[in-house]
Amino acid sequence: MSASCDALKVEKVARRFAGRRLGAPEFTAVHDLTFHVADSEFVSIVGPSGCGKSTVLNLVAGLDRPTEGTVSLNGTEVSGPSSNVGFMLQKDMLLPWRTVLENVEFGLEARELSKAERRERAMRELKRCRIVEFADRYPYQISGGQRQRVALARTLAINPNFILLDEPFSALDAQTKLILQKSFAQTIAGSKLTTLLITHDLAEAVAMSDRILVMSQSPGRIVEEIDVQLPDRENPIERMASPRASELVGHLFRALHMEDRLDA
Amino acid sequence: MSRQVIAHSPSGSPPGNSRAWLHRFRGLATATPLASLAVAAAALAAWQFLPPLFGVPKYIIPQLSDLWTEGVQMWQDDNLLLHFFSTASMAILGFILGSLLGAVFGYALGLLPSWEKVLSPYILALQIAPKVAFAPLFILWFGYNFLPKLVTTVLVVFFPILVNVLQAMRVLDRDLINLARAYNMSKAKIFWKIMVPYSMPNLMAGLRIGATLAVIGVTVGELVGGETGLGYLISFGQGQADTPMVFDAIILLTVIGIVMYWVVTVIEARVLHYLPRATERPQSA
Repeated sequence: MSASCDALKVEKVARRFAGRRLGAPEFTAVHDLTFHVADSEFVSIVGPSGCGKSTVLNLVAGLDRPTEGTVSLNGTEVSGPSSNVGFMLQKDMLLPWRTVLENVEFGLEARELSKAERRERAMRELKRCRIVEFADRYPYQISGGQRQRVALARTLAINPNFILLDEPFSALDAQTKLILQKSFAQTIAGSKLTTLLITHDLAEAVAMSDRILVMSQSPGRIVEEIDVQLPDRENPIERMASPRASELVGHLFRALHMEDRLDA
Repeated sequence: MSRQVIAHSPSGSPPGNSRAWLHRFRGLATATPLASLAVAAAALAAWQFLPPLFGVPKYIIPQLSDLWTEGVQMWQDDNLLLHFFSTASMAILGFILGSLLGAVFGYALGLLPSWEKVLSPYILALQIAPKVAFAPLFILWFGYNFLPKLVTTVLVVFFPILVNVLQAMRVLDRDLINLARAYNMSKAKIFWKIMVPYSMPNLMAGLRIGATLAVIGVTVGELVGGETGLGYLISFGQGQADTPMVFDAIILLTVIGIVMYWVVTVIEARVLHYLPRATERPQSA
Protein backbone atom coordinates (compact mmCIF):
# COMPACT_ATOMS: atom_id res chain seq x y z
CA MET A 1 0.00 0.00 0.00
CA SER A 2 1.22 3.53 -0.68
CA ALA A 3 2.52 5.61 2.17
CA SER A 4 -0.26 8.16 1.79
CA CYS A 5 -2.92 5.79 3.16
CA ASP A 6 -0.95 4.99 6.29
CA ALA A 7 -3.05 5.80 9.30
CA LEU A 8 -0.21 5.08 11.71
CA LYS A 9 3.49 5.41 11.08
CA VAL A 10 6.07 4.39 13.64
CA GLU A 11 9.55 5.32 12.42
CA LYS A 12 12.77 4.21 14.10
CA VAL A 13 11.30 4.61 17.53
CA ALA A 14 13.26 3.95 20.70
CA ARG A 15 12.01 4.41 24.22
CA ARG A 16 14.39 4.26 27.15
CA PHE A 17 13.50 4.62 30.79
CA ALA A 18 15.76 5.95 33.50
CA GLY A 19 17.06 3.35 35.95
CA ARG A 20 15.13 2.79 39.14
CA ARG A 21 17.97 4.06 41.30
CA LEU A 22 20.40 6.85 40.65
CA GLY A 23 23.25 5.53 38.55
CA ALA A 24 21.41 2.37 37.52
CA PRO A 25 21.62 1.65 33.78
CA GLU A 26 18.81 2.84 31.52
CA PHE A 27 16.17 0.34 30.54
CA THR A 28 15.45 0.13 26.82
CA ALA A 29 11.85 -0.99 26.25
CA VAL A 30 11.78 -0.72 22.47
CA HIS A 31 14.55 -0.07 20.01
CA ASP A 32 14.63 0.70 16.29
CA LEU A 33 10.93 0.05 16.01
CA THR A 34 9.42 0.71 12.60
CA PHE A 35 6.01 -0.29 11.30
CA HIS A 36 3.02 1.13 9.46
CA VAL A 37 -0.69 0.52 9.70
CA ALA A 38 -2.79 1.36 6.65
CA ASP A 39 -6.19 2.97 6.76
CA SER A 40 -8.96 0.50 7.78
CA GLU A 41 -6.37 -2.18 8.35
CA PHE A 42 -6.42 -4.55 11.32
CA VAL A 43 -2.88 -5.20 12.56
CA SER A 44 -1.86 -7.36 15.51
CA ILE A 45 1.36 -7.23 17.44
CA VAL A 46 2.48 -10.44 19.12
CA GLY A 47 5.57 -11.03 21.17
CA PRO A 48 6.97 -12.56 24.33
CA SER A 49 5.95 -10.97 27.59
CA GLY A 50 8.02 -7.95 28.51
CA CYS A 51 8.84 -7.13 24.88
CA GLY A 52 7.54 -3.59 25.17
CA LYS A 53 4.03 -4.10 23.75
CA SER A 54 2.49 -1.80 26.32
CA THR A 55 5.13 0.83 25.60
CA VAL A 56 4.03 0.77 21.97
CA LEU A 57 0.46 1.27 23.06
CA ASN A 58 1.29 4.22 25.28
CA LEU A 59 3.35 5.83 22.54
CA VAL A 60 0.58 5.54 19.98
CA ALA A 61 -2.07 6.68 22.47
CA GLY A 62 -0.02 9.79 23.19
CA LEU A 63 0.37 8.95 26.88
CA ASP A 64 4.13 8.66 26.45
CA ARG A 65 6.73 10.20 24.11
CA PRO A 66 9.47 8.32 22.26
CA THR A 67 13.09 8.97 23.21
CA GLU A 68 14.04 8.72 19.54
CA GLY A 69 12.11 8.55 16.29
CA THR A 70 8.57 9.62 15.48
CA VAL A 71 5.05 8.29 15.85
CA SER A 72 2.53 9.89 13.53
CA LEU A 73 -1.18 9.41 13.01
CA ASN A 74 -2.70 10.45 9.69
CA GLY A 75 0.44 12.38 8.87
CA THR A 76 0.70 14.40 12.09
CA GLU A 77 3.16 13.60 14.82
CA VAL A 78 1.65 12.38 18.06
CA SER A 79 2.33 14.88 20.82
CA GLY A 80 -0.41 14.01 23.30
CA PRO A 81 -3.68 12.13 23.62
CA SER A 82 -5.80 12.52 20.52
CA SER A 83 -9.57 12.47 20.31
CA ASN A 84 -9.28 10.36 17.16
CA VAL A 85 -7.75 7.46 19.06
CA GLY A 86 -9.70 5.12 21.28
CA PHE A 87 -8.01 2.63 23.51
CA MET A 88 -9.07 -0.38 25.45
CA LEU A 89 -7.23 -2.57 27.93
CA GLN A 90 -7.49 -6.05 29.37
CA LYS A 91 -9.18 -4.52 32.40
CA ASP A 92 -12.52 -3.07 31.37
CA MET A 93 -11.94 -0.06 33.64
CA LEU A 94 -15.62 0.68 33.97
CA LEU A 95 -16.39 3.12 36.74
CA PRO A 96 -18.37 1.18 39.35
CA TRP A 97 -20.36 4.24 40.43
CA ARG A 98 -21.76 4.78 36.95
CA THR A 99 -24.39 2.81 35.08
CA VAL A 100 -23.49 1.16 31.79
CA LEU A 101 -24.94 4.11 29.88
CA GLU A 102 -23.10 6.67 32.01
CA ASN A 103 -19.87 4.73 31.54
CA VAL A 104 -20.24 4.93 27.78
CA GLU A 105 -20.86 8.67 28.11
CA PHE A 106 -17.65 9.10 30.11
CA GLY A 107 -15.31 9.70 27.17
CA LEU A 108 -17.74 12.24 25.69
CA GLU A 109 -17.72 14.32 28.84
CA ALA A 110 -14.35 15.80 27.93
CA ARG A 111 -16.08 17.47 25.01
CA GLU A 112 -18.53 20.29 24.57
CA LEU A 113 -21.64 18.26 23.96
CA SER A 114 -25.15 18.69 25.28
CA LYS A 115 -26.42 16.07 27.69
CA ALA A 116 -29.03 14.92 25.18
CA GLU A 117 -26.41 14.58 22.46
CA ARG A 118 -24.14 12.55 24.76
CA ARG A 119 -26.99 10.26 25.70
CA GLU A 120 -27.99 9.75 22.10
CA ARG A 121 -24.47 8.84 21.01
CA ALA A 122 -23.99 6.51 23.97
CA MET A 123 -27.24 4.72 23.20
CA ARG A 124 -26.20 4.34 19.57
CA GLU A 125 -22.94 2.68 20.63
CA LEU A 126 -24.70 0.40 23.09
CA LYS A 127 -26.93 -0.75 20.24
CA ARG A 128 -23.95 -1.26 17.97
CA CYS A 129 -22.20 -3.36 20.61
CA ARG A 130 -25.44 -5.27 21.35
CA ILE A 131 -25.73 -4.46 25.05
CA VAL A 132 -28.47 -1.84 24.96
CA GLU A 133 -30.65 -3.87 27.33
CA PHE A 134 -28.12 -3.37 30.14
CA ALA A 135 -27.98 0.42 29.84
CA ASP A 136 -29.28 1.04 33.35
CA ARG A 137 -27.34 -1.70 35.13
CA TYR A 138 -24.26 -1.11 37.22
CA PRO A 139 -20.99 -2.82 36.22
CA TYR A 140 -21.17 -5.33 39.09
CA GLN A 141 -24.53 -6.52 37.78
CA ILE A 142 -23.23 -7.73 34.40
CA SER A 143 -20.81 -10.46 33.32
CA GLY A 144 -17.16 -10.06 32.30
CA GLY A 145 -17.94 -10.39 28.60
CA GLN A 146 -20.70 -7.82 28.82
CA ARG A 147 -18.40 -5.47 30.67
CA GLN A 148 -15.85 -5.72 27.87
CA ARG A 149 -18.58 -4.91 25.36
CA VAL A 150 -19.42 -1.82 27.38
CA ALA A 151 -15.75 -0.88 27.34
CA LEU A 152 -15.75 -1.19 23.54
CA ALA A 153 -18.90 0.93 23.32
CA ARG A 154 -17.18 3.55 25.46
CA THR A 155 -14.13 3.42 23.17
CA LEU A 156 -16.24 3.79 20.04
CA ALA A 157 -18.48 6.52 21.45
CA ILE A 158 -15.85 9.20 20.92
CA ASN A 159 -15.98 8.31 17.21
CA PRO A 160 -12.31 7.41 16.80
CA ASN A 161 -10.85 6.50 13.44
CA PHE A 162 -8.13 4.48 15.12
CA ILE A 163 -8.45 2.05 18.01
CA LEU A 164 -5.83 0.42 20.15
CA LEU A 165 -6.73 -2.86 21.83
CA ASP A 166 -4.40 -4.16 24.53
CA GLU A 167 -5.29 -7.80 25.15
CA PRO A 168 -8.98 -7.00 25.51
CA PHE A 169 -10.03 -10.67 25.59
CA SER A 170 -7.35 -12.20 27.77
CA ALA A 171 -9.29 -12.02 31.04
CA LEU A 172 -12.29 -13.85 29.61
CA ASP A 173 -13.18 -17.54 29.61
CA ALA A 174 -12.62 -19.46 26.37
CA GLN A 175 -16.23 -19.41 25.16
CA THR A 176 -16.93 -15.78 25.96
CA LYS A 177 -13.67 -14.94 24.26
CA LEU A 178 -14.74 -16.54 20.96
CA ILE A 179 -18.14 -14.87 21.01
CA LEU A 180 -16.67 -11.51 21.86
CA GLN A 181 -13.93 -11.78 19.23
CA LYS A 182 -16.61 -12.34 16.63
CA SER A 183 -18.71 -9.51 17.95
CA PHE A 184 -15.75 -7.11 18.00
CA ALA A 185 -14.66 -8.22 14.52
CA GLN A 186 -18.11 -7.47 13.11
CA THR A 187 -18.35 -4.09 14.79
CA ILE A 188 -14.85 -3.08 13.67
CA ALA A 189 -15.32 -4.29 10.09
CA GLY A 190 -18.71 -2.57 9.94
CA SER A 191 -17.26 0.82 10.86
CA LYS A 192 -14.03 0.46 8.82
CA LEU A 193 -11.90 1.28 11.84
CA THR A 194 -8.15 1.12 11.74
CA THR A 195 -7.13 -1.21 14.55
CA LEU A 196 -3.95 -2.13 16.35
CA LEU A 197 -4.37 -5.19 18.56
CA ILE A 198 -1.74 -6.14 21.08
CA THR A 199 -2.05 -9.75 22.14
CA HIS A 200 -0.16 -12.79 23.31
CA ASP A 201 -2.79 -15.13 21.92
CA LEU A 202 -1.44 -16.31 18.56
CA ALA A 203 -4.73 -17.83 17.40
CA GLU A 204 -6.48 -14.56 18.20
CA ALA A 205 -3.97 -12.64 16.09
CA VAL A 206 -4.52 -14.97 13.13
CA ALA A 207 -8.29 -15.02 13.55
CA MET A 208 -8.77 -11.28 13.65
CA SER A 209 -6.10 -9.44 11.71
CA ASP A 210 -5.00 -8.56 8.19
CA ARG A 211 -1.36 -8.43 9.17
CA ILE A 212 0.66 -9.68 12.15
CA LEU A 213 3.84 -8.10 13.46
CA VAL A 214 6.10 -10.25 15.59
CA MET A 215 8.15 -8.45 18.20
CA SER A 216 11.43 -9.66 19.65
CA GLN A 217 12.51 -10.03 23.25
CA SER A 218 13.41 -6.82 25.04
CA PRO A 219 14.47 -4.40 23.66
CA GLY A 220 11.53 -4.94 21.38
CA ARG A 221 11.56 -4.45 17.63
CA ILE A 222 9.70 -6.01 14.73
CA VAL A 223 11.40 -9.23 13.64
CA GLU A 224 8.78 -10.60 11.32
CA GLU A 225 5.74 -9.47 9.40
CA ILE A 226 3.04 -11.89 8.32
CA ASP A 227 0.34 -11.14 5.78
CA VAL A 228 -2.60 -13.21 6.93
CA GLN A 229 -4.42 -13.32 3.56
CA LEU A 230 -7.51 -15.06 4.82
CA PRO A 231 -11.10 -14.20 3.97
CA ASP A 232 -13.90 -13.52 6.52
CA ARG A 233 -12.20 -10.98 8.75
CA GLU A 234 -15.58 -10.26 10.33
CA ASN A 235 -16.01 -13.91 11.31
CA PRO A 236 -12.99 -15.18 13.27
CA ILE A 237 -14.59 -18.49 14.16
CA GLU A 238 -15.12 -19.33 10.47
CA ARG A 239 -11.63 -18.15 9.72
CA MET A 240 -9.98 -20.45 12.23
CA ALA A 241 -11.52 -23.47 10.50
CA SER A 242 -9.30 -23.00 7.42
CA PRO A 243 -6.07 -25.03 7.19
CA ARG A 244 -4.00 -21.91 6.48
CA ALA A 245 -5.05 -20.48 9.84
CA SER A 246 -3.57 -23.36 11.82
CA GLU A 247 -0.51 -23.28 9.59
CA LEU A 248 -0.01 -19.62 10.48
CA VAL A 249 -0.47 -20.25 14.18
CA GLY A 250 2.15 -22.99 13.97
CA HIS A 251 4.48 -20.67 12.13
CA LEU A 252 4.05 -17.95 14.77
CA PHE A 253 4.60 -20.47 17.49
CA ARG A 254 7.97 -21.37 15.98
CA ALA A 255 8.82 -17.74 15.23
CA LEU A 256 8.53 -16.94 18.93
CA HIS A 257 10.65 -20.00 19.84
CA MET A 258 8.00 -21.08 22.25
CA GLU A 259 9.07 -24.71 22.24
CA ASP A 260 12.51 -23.76 23.60
CA ARG A 261 11.27 -21.53 26.33
CA LEU A 262 10.52 -22.66 29.85
CA ASP A 263 10.19 -19.23 31.44
CA ALA A 264 7.04 -17.22 31.00
CA MET B 1 -43.81 -20.90 55.44
CA SER B 2 -40.69 -22.95 55.92
CA ARG B 3 -42.72 -26.13 55.81
CA GLN B 4 -44.07 -25.31 52.35
CA VAL B 5 -40.61 -24.91 50.94
CA ILE B 6 -39.49 -28.21 52.42
CA ALA B 7 -42.53 -29.90 50.87
CA HIS B 8 -41.55 -28.54 47.44
CA SER B 9 -38.01 -29.81 47.54
CA PRO B 10 -37.44 -33.42 46.57
CA SER B 11 -38.00 -35.39 49.75
CA GLY B 12 -35.18 -37.39 51.23
CA SER B 13 -32.48 -36.02 48.91
CA PRO B 14 -29.47 -34.29 50.48
CA PRO B 15 -30.23 -30.86 48.90
CA GLY B 16 -33.71 -31.00 50.46
CA ASN B 17 -32.18 -31.67 53.84
CA SER B 18 -29.67 -28.90 53.57
CA ARG B 19 -32.43 -26.52 52.53
CA ALA B 20 -34.48 -27.47 55.57
CA TRP B 21 -31.43 -26.86 57.69
CA LEU B 22 -30.98 -23.47 56.02
CA HIS B 23 -34.55 -22.59 56.90
CA ARG B 24 -34.13 -23.51 60.50
CA PHE B 25 -31.08 -21.27 60.45
CA ARG B 26 -33.08 -18.40 58.94
CA GLY B 27 -35.76 -18.86 61.57
CA LEU B 28 -32.99 -18.40 64.08
CA ALA B 29 -32.00 -15.19 62.34
CA THR B 30 -35.47 -13.71 62.77
CA ALA B 31 -35.40 -14.73 66.43
CA THR B 32 -32.20 -12.75 67.00
CA PRO B 33 -33.86 -9.34 67.53
CA LEU B 34 -36.24 -10.92 70.00
CA ALA B 35 -33.34 -12.44 71.90
CA SER B 36 -31.59 -9.06 71.93
CA LEU B 37 -34.71 -7.47 73.40
CA ALA B 38 -34.90 -10.17 76.03
CA VAL B 39 -31.28 -9.53 77.01
CA ALA B 40 -32.03 -5.80 77.31
CA ALA B 41 -35.11 -6.46 79.46
CA ALA B 42 -33.16 -8.82 81.73
CA ALA B 43 -30.29 -6.34 82.11
CA LEU B 44 -32.64 -3.47 82.91
CA ALA B 45 -34.55 -5.58 85.43
CA ALA B 46 -31.27 -6.61 87.06
CA TRP B 47 -30.23 -2.96 87.22
CA GLN B 48 -33.50 -2.04 88.92
CA PHE B 49 -33.69 -4.86 91.46
CA LEU B 50 -30.20 -6.22 92.14
CA PRO B 51 -28.39 -3.19 93.70
CA PRO B 52 -30.75 -2.89 96.74
CA LEU B 53 -30.70 -6.67 97.07
CA PHE B 54 -26.91 -6.67 97.45
CA GLY B 55 -26.93 -3.50 99.50
CA VAL B 56 -25.06 -1.40 96.93
CA PRO B 57 -25.38 2.26 97.96
CA LYS B 58 -27.22 4.63 95.58
CA TYR B 59 -24.16 6.80 95.00
CA ILE B 60 -22.32 3.78 93.59
CA ILE B 61 -25.03 2.26 91.42
CA PRO B 62 -28.40 4.00 91.48
CA GLN B 63 -31.53 2.07 90.54
CA LEU B 64 -33.04 2.48 87.11
CA SER B 65 -35.99 4.37 88.57
CA ASP B 66 -33.57 6.82 90.22
CA LEU B 67 -32.23 7.67 86.78
CA TRP B 68 -35.72 8.50 85.66
CA THR B 69 -36.47 10.64 88.71
CA GLU B 70 -33.17 12.44 88.36
CA GLY B 71 -33.80 12.95 84.64
CA VAL B 72 -37.16 14.60 85.31
CA GLN B 73 -35.59 16.81 87.96
CA MET B 74 -32.73 17.81 85.64
CA TRP B 75 -35.30 18.69 83.01
CA GLN B 76 -37.22 20.88 85.46
CA ASP B 77 -34.45 22.51 87.50
CA ASP B 78 -31.15 22.19 85.67
CA ASN B 79 -32.04 23.25 82.14
CA LEU B 80 -31.26 19.77 80.78
CA LEU B 81 -32.60 20.69 77.34
CA LEU B 82 -30.09 23.54 77.04
CA HIS B 83 -27.19 21.27 78.03
CA PHE B 84 -28.36 18.57 75.68
CA PHE B 85 -28.67 20.89 72.70
CA SER B 86 -25.39 22.60 73.48
CA THR B 87 -23.58 19.27 73.39
CA ALA B 88 -25.49 17.94 70.39
CA SER B 89 -24.96 21.10 68.32
CA MET B 90 -21.25 21.25 69.16
CA ALA B 91 -20.82 17.56 68.31
CA ILE B 92 -22.59 18.04 64.97
CA LEU B 93 -20.83 21.31 64.13
CA GLY B 94 -17.45 19.88 65.11
CA PHE B 95 -18.15 16.76 63.09
CA ILE B 96 -19.07 18.75 59.99
CA LEU B 97 -16.10 21.13 60.27
CA GLY B 98 -13.66 18.32 61.09
CA SER B 99 -14.94 16.23 58.17
CA LEU B 100 -14.67 19.11 55.73
CA LEU B 101 -11.15 19.97 56.84
CA GLY B 102 -10.09 16.32 56.88
CA ALA B 103 -11.47 15.75 53.38
CA VAL B 104 -9.92 18.94 51.98
CA PHE B 105 -6.51 18.10 53.43
CA GLY B 106 -6.84 14.47 52.37
CA TYR B 107 -7.53 15.38 48.75
CA ALA B 108 -4.90 18.12 48.74
CA LEU B 109 -2.17 15.80 50.04
CA GLY B 110 -3.38 13.09 47.67
CA LEU B 111 -2.90 15.50 44.76
CA LEU B 112 0.51 16.65 46.00
CA PRO B 113 2.50 13.47 46.71
CA SER B 114 5.73 15.38 47.38
CA TRP B 115 4.02 17.36 50.16
CA GLU B 116 2.53 14.18 51.49
CA LYS B 117 5.98 12.60 51.73
CA VAL B 118 7.33 15.62 53.61
CA LEU B 119 4.40 15.78 56.01
CA SER B 120 3.61 12.10 56.53
CA PRO B 121 5.78 11.60 59.67
CA TYR B 122 4.03 14.51 61.36
CA ILE B 123 0.63 13.34 60.25
CA LEU B 124 1.42 9.96 61.75
CA ALA B 125 2.64 11.52 64.99
CA LEU B 126 -0.46 13.69 65.30
CA GLN B 127 -2.64 10.73 64.45
CA ILE B 128 -1.12 8.74 67.30
CA ALA B 129 -1.13 11.63 69.80
CA PRO B 130 -4.24 11.50 72.00
CA LYS B 131 -6.12 14.49 70.59
CA VAL B 132 -8.40 14.86 73.59
CA ALA B 133 -5.33 15.60 75.73
CA PHE B 134 -5.10 18.92 73.90
CA ALA B 135 -8.39 20.07 75.44
CA PRO B 136 -6.84 21.77 78.53
CA LEU B 137 -4.47 23.57 76.18
CA PHE B 138 -7.37 24.93 74.18
CA ILE B 139 -8.94 26.26 77.38
CA LEU B 140 -5.73 28.12 78.09
CA TRP B 141 -5.80 29.52 74.59
CA PHE B 142 -9.47 30.25 74.03
CA GLY B 143 -10.89 30.59 77.53
CA TYR B 144 -14.00 29.10 79.11
CA ASN B 145 -16.39 29.23 76.17
CA PHE B 146 -17.62 26.98 73.40
CA LEU B 147 -14.38 27.15 71.40
CA PRO B 148 -12.21 24.62 73.29
CA LYS B 149 -14.75 21.84 72.94
CA LEU B 150 -15.44 22.71 69.32
CA VAL B 151 -11.75 22.72 68.46
CA THR B 152 -11.21 19.43 70.34
CA THR B 153 -14.07 17.84 68.38
CA VAL B 154 -12.78 19.15 65.05
CA LEU B 155 -9.31 17.80 65.81
CA VAL B 156 -10.59 14.37 66.84
CA VAL B 157 -12.77 14.05 63.72
CA PHE B 158 -10.16 15.46 61.34
CA PHE B 159 -7.62 12.63 61.35
CA PRO B 160 -9.60 9.50 60.55
CA ILE B 161 -11.15 11.30 57.59
CA LEU B 162 -7.84 12.70 56.39
CA VAL B 163 -6.18 9.31 56.62
CA ASN B 164 -9.01 7.47 54.90
CA VAL B 165 -9.25 9.90 51.99
CA LEU B 166 -5.48 9.94 51.60
CA GLN B 167 -5.43 6.14 51.52
CA ALA B 168 -7.94 6.09 48.66
CA MET B 169 -5.89 8.64 46.73
CA ARG B 170 -2.77 6.51 47.23
CA VAL B 171 -4.26 3.28 45.92
CA LEU B 172 -6.12 4.95 43.04
CA ASP B 173 -5.71 2.88 39.87
CA ARG B 174 -3.28 4.79 37.62
CA ASP B 175 -4.86 3.20 34.56
CA LEU B 176 -8.11 5.00 35.35
CA ILE B 177 -6.26 8.30 35.25
CA ASN B 178 -4.58 7.26 31.99
CA LEU B 179 -7.95 6.39 30.55
CA ALA B 180 -9.28 9.83 31.38
CA ARG B 181 -6.12 11.43 30.01
CA ALA B 182 -6.48 9.47 26.80
CA TYR B 183 -9.92 11.05 26.48
CA ASN B 184 -8.27 14.48 26.80
CA MET B 185 -10.00 15.12 30.09
CA SER B 186 -8.86 18.16 32.07
CA LYS B 187 -7.22 17.74 35.48
CA ALA B 188 -10.21 19.30 37.21
CA LYS B 189 -12.56 16.88 35.48
CA ILE B 190 -10.31 13.93 36.37
CA PHE B 191 -10.47 15.02 40.00
CA TRP B 192 -14.25 15.37 40.13
CA LYS B 193 -15.17 12.49 37.86
CA ILE B 194 -12.61 9.88 39.01
CA MET B 195 -10.78 10.74 42.21
CA VAL B 196 -13.73 11.99 44.24
CA PRO B 197 -16.14 9.15 43.42
CA TYR B 198 -13.31 6.62 43.75
CA SER B 199 -12.58 7.82 47.29
CA MET B 200 -16.23 7.76 48.41
CA PRO B 201 -16.14 4.36 50.16
CA ASN B 202 -13.09 5.49 52.15
CA LEU B 203 -14.57 8.89 52.90
CA MET B 204 -17.74 7.25 54.20
CA ALA B 205 -15.73 4.85 56.38
CA GLY B 206 -13.88 7.86 57.79
CA LEU B 207 -17.15 9.68 58.46
CA ARG B 208 -18.46 6.69 60.36
CA ILE B 209 -15.45 6.67 62.66
CA GLY B 210 -15.64 10.47 62.91
CA ALA B 211 -19.28 10.40 63.97
CA THR B 212 -18.49 8.24 66.99
CA LEU B 213 -15.35 10.21 67.86
CA ALA B 214 -17.17 13.57 67.69
CA VAL B 215 -19.11 12.74 70.86
CA ILE B 216 -15.90 11.81 72.66
CA GLY B 217 -14.25 15.06 71.61
CA VAL B 218 -17.10 17.26 72.74
CA THR B 219 -17.45 15.36 76.05
CA VAL B 220 -13.79 15.75 76.94
CA GLY B 221 -13.94 19.41 75.96
CA GLU B 222 -16.85 19.90 78.34
CA LEU B 223 -15.32 17.81 81.11
CA VAL B 224 -12.20 19.90 81.37
CA GLY B 225 -13.91 23.25 81.39
CA GLY B 226 -17.09 25.15 80.67
CA GLU B 227 -20.47 25.58 82.22
CA THR B 228 -22.74 24.01 79.66
CA GLY B 229 -23.21 20.63 78.08
CA LEU B 230 -23.64 17.05 79.15
CA GLY B 231 -19.92 16.72 79.85
CA TYR B 232 -20.23 19.59 82.29
CA LEU B 233 -23.20 17.82 83.94
CA ILE B 234 -21.03 14.73 84.36
CA SER B 235 -18.31 16.67 86.13
CA PHE B 236 -20.91 18.62 88.15
CA GLY B 237 -22.73 15.42 89.12
CA GLN B 238 -19.45 13.85 90.17
CA GLY B 239 -18.72 16.82 92.45
CA GLN B 240 -22.16 16.45 94.07
CA ALA B 241 -21.87 12.65 94.29
CA ASP B 242 -25.03 12.72 92.15
CA THR B 243 -24.46 9.38 90.42
CA PRO B 244 -27.85 9.29 88.64
CA MET B 245 -26.98 12.61 86.96
CA VAL B 246 -23.72 11.13 85.66
CA PHE B 247 -25.53 8.09 84.32
CA ASP B 248 -28.24 10.20 82.66
CA ALA B 249 -25.65 12.40 80.96
CA ILE B 250 -23.77 9.32 79.69
CA ILE B 251 -26.99 7.87 78.30
CA LEU B 252 -27.85 11.10 76.49
CA LEU B 253 -24.33 11.36 75.07
CA THR B 254 -24.69 7.83 73.74
CA VAL B 255 -28.00 8.77 72.15
CA ILE B 256 -26.37 11.70 70.35
CA GLY B 257 -23.59 9.41 69.10
CA ILE B 258 -26.02 6.75 67.92
CA VAL B 259 -28.16 9.28 66.02
CA MET B 260 -25.10 10.78 64.33
CA TYR B 261 -23.78 7.35 63.39
CA TRP B 262 -27.18 6.37 62.05
CA VAL B 263 -27.43 9.50 59.89
CA VAL B 264 -24.00 8.73 58.42
CA THR B 265 -25.00 5.14 57.59
CA VAL B 266 -28.18 6.39 55.90
CA ILE B 267 -26.14 8.83 53.79
CA GLU B 268 -23.61 6.08 53.09
CA ALA B 269 -26.29 3.69 51.84
CA ARG B 270 -27.47 6.40 49.43
CA VAL B 271 -24.02 7.44 48.23
CA LEU B 272 -22.62 3.91 47.84
CA HIS B 273 -25.75 2.38 46.33
CA TYR B 274 -23.67 1.09 43.40
CA LEU B 275 -21.64 -1.31 45.53
CA PRO B 276 -22.79 -4.92 45.52
CA ARG B 277 -24.17 -5.99 48.83
CA ALA B 278 -22.90 -9.25 50.27
CA THR B 279 -26.25 -10.92 49.67
CA GLU B 280 -26.52 -9.85 46.05
CA ARG B 281 -24.88 -11.90 43.32
CA PRO B 282 -23.98 -10.59 39.88
CA GLN B 283 -26.65 -11.69 37.45
CA SER B 284 -25.38 -13.77 34.60
CA ALA B 285 -27.27 -13.42 31.36
